[in-house]
Amino acid sequence: MLAHLPVLHVIIPMMAAPACLILRRRDLVWFVALAATLMSFAVSIGLLLQVLESGPISYEFGGWEAPWGIEYRIDLLNAPLLLLVSGISAVALFAARKSIEAEIPKDRHALFYIAWLLCMAGLLGILATGDAFNVFVFLEISSLSAYTLIALGKNRKALWASYQYLIAGTIGATFILIGIGLMYMMTGTLNMADLSERLPEVSSSRTVFTAFAFFIVGVCLKLALFPLHVWLPNAYAYAPSVVTAFLAATATKVAVYILIRFKYGIFGFDFAFSSLPLQSIFLTLGLAGIFVASIAAIFQDNLKKLLAYSSVAQIGYLIVGLGLANETGLMATLLHMLNHGLMKGALFLALAAIVYRLGEAKLSEMHGLASRMPWTMAAFLIGGLSLIGVPLTVGFVSKWYLVTAALEHDWWPVAGLILLGSVVSVIYVWKVVEVVYFKAANERTAEVREAPLSILAPTWVLVAANLYFGINTELTVGITRMAAVSIFGGL
Amino acid sequence: MNFVGLFNYWIVMVLMMIGFYIVIAQGNLVKKLVGLTLFQTSVFIMYITMGKIEGATAPILVEGEALYSNPLPHVLILTAIVVGIATTALGLALVVRIKESYDSIEEDEINRKDQEC
Repeated sequence: MLAHLPVLHVIIPMMAAPACLILRRRDLVWFVALAATLMSFAVSIGLLLQVLESGPISYEFGGWEAPWGIEYRIDLLNAPLLLLVSGISAVALFAARKSIEAEIPKDRHALFYIAWLLCMAGLLGILATGDAFNVFVFLEISSLSAYTLIALGKNRKALWASYQYLIAGTIGATFILIGIGLMYMMTGTLNMADLSERLPEVSSSRTVFTAFAFFIVGVCLKLALFPLHVWLPNAYAYAPSVVTAFLAATATKVAVYILIRFKYGIFGFDFAFSSLPLQSIFLTLGLAGIFVASIAAIFQDNLKKLLAYSSVAQIGYLIVGLGLANETGLMATLLHMLNHGLMKGALFLALAAIVYRLGEAKLSEMHGLASRMPWTMAAFLIGGLSLIGVPLTVGFVSKWYLVTAALEHDWWPVAGLILLGSVVSVIYVWKVVEVVYFKAANERTAEVREAPLSILAPTWVLVAANLYFGINTELTVGITRMAAVSIFGGL
Repeated sequence: MNFVGLFNYWIVMVLMMIGFYIVIAQGNLVKKLVGLTLFQTSVFIMYITMGKIEGATAPILVEGEALYSNPLPHVLILTAIVVGIATTALGLALVVRIKESYDSIEEDEINRKDQEC
């Protein structure tokens, strides 16, 4: 059993999904989905401990040895992300039961959980696999179920958003497929470790350049790097609230993981940065993304859309970290992936609580909401502070390392722009705080009560994680530093 | 360049660009999906082409035959075809729902109706 740990976290939800299809009963399906997610979470904890103790784990499917068979590989880079994905999924599923009552027709609840399980299995599969083609397959599993989940939104705009995401997502995935195909053409292998050994021999050929270009553009579409982010704000804004919480916290992070894995683990640092001007491209687009998306966020009235734009801005930070191309920069990116997952999870769950009581997420309808829903708004406030990067929250930790990484290059303008980006986020967080805390309640909000405990409790679990990992940084910083060192050391 | 030897790849590029252009330029949601399918199919052809070796046989152990085509890309693309079908099916299902709630499958009309409310 223990030897099969590296696949169990993918297999369990994937098997639970068809089982749920047979069960059909709403509450039963919810229970099975939650149980499967919690089991995946437990497996992820086990895997992380095992990796910390004895280094990377390799698992051979069906006993076929690595370059021929499909290999699953868990190391310091993906183990913490497995924990993030399964953890956020478990927490959000707790809240889902109550939250979707108000947003999705009852007869579709069972199908909702099935799509959720498949989406999570896909995301975990991408993280765990050591096979390039497998990445594509799992990417499509998670994307297809994500389109379904988004289309379940109450507003008819959800359908249109889901369709646009489907088009953009499929183009992105097909670009990735072309990239992988060209790599296979040049090397005859799909195993990531094997690819990284064989690619340097042929790295001067134009086919490899083309493969790299297709791959990078495809992944950047998936992770919504500015200016390829157009699908994201609508998809997040009109999806059911818990779905937004789950996807915002995990899906884009997993896409960033693919980028890091291929860029550093397969193409190698030298190829990625010296043959192409990728460093300046990433820095420019990342910084542009931070400002354009943050400024767009200021002008949103729909709170979900506001946070979605802020997600695009945060992806900008992740990409800037990669663009800095040093160890601290990579570490900051890895750290921010985990931290942003925690803060966006908390924020969107708080928003789910608001939507549950209010029926919508319009800021202009939220006057004085803090006096009616003090716990929810307090959670939102802490999440917002974390987003800005106030000390004692996780946001501060990752931005600290990001600025440090910029200063290692003596790039003061970049460091300045990163800090300025935080100032812009103060504006949109303040805009919310002003309306909910300092305006008098109108007749609409006066009737609102505090959100039910089943949504509030999961929200506060994530808020607590925001504070805990903001104060006690030993675990997250330690793991991400080791991961960054191992990636740079293995060049 | 050996045009005839690379004939399949030229076709792949032409199909890919036609498909991509349809996705971008067409406002009709069904036509967009047609373009998307064309775009995906061109990639399938690329995979299938790269497995083929001139004069080689199917990879079955036969006395005296030494040159085999590579079957792996074909197997990979079977998976990708299934993914493609799933994507098209889901896309069309969404179009049906969009038609029901917007009463239109034209992009500009949907955008206009969204702005009105």
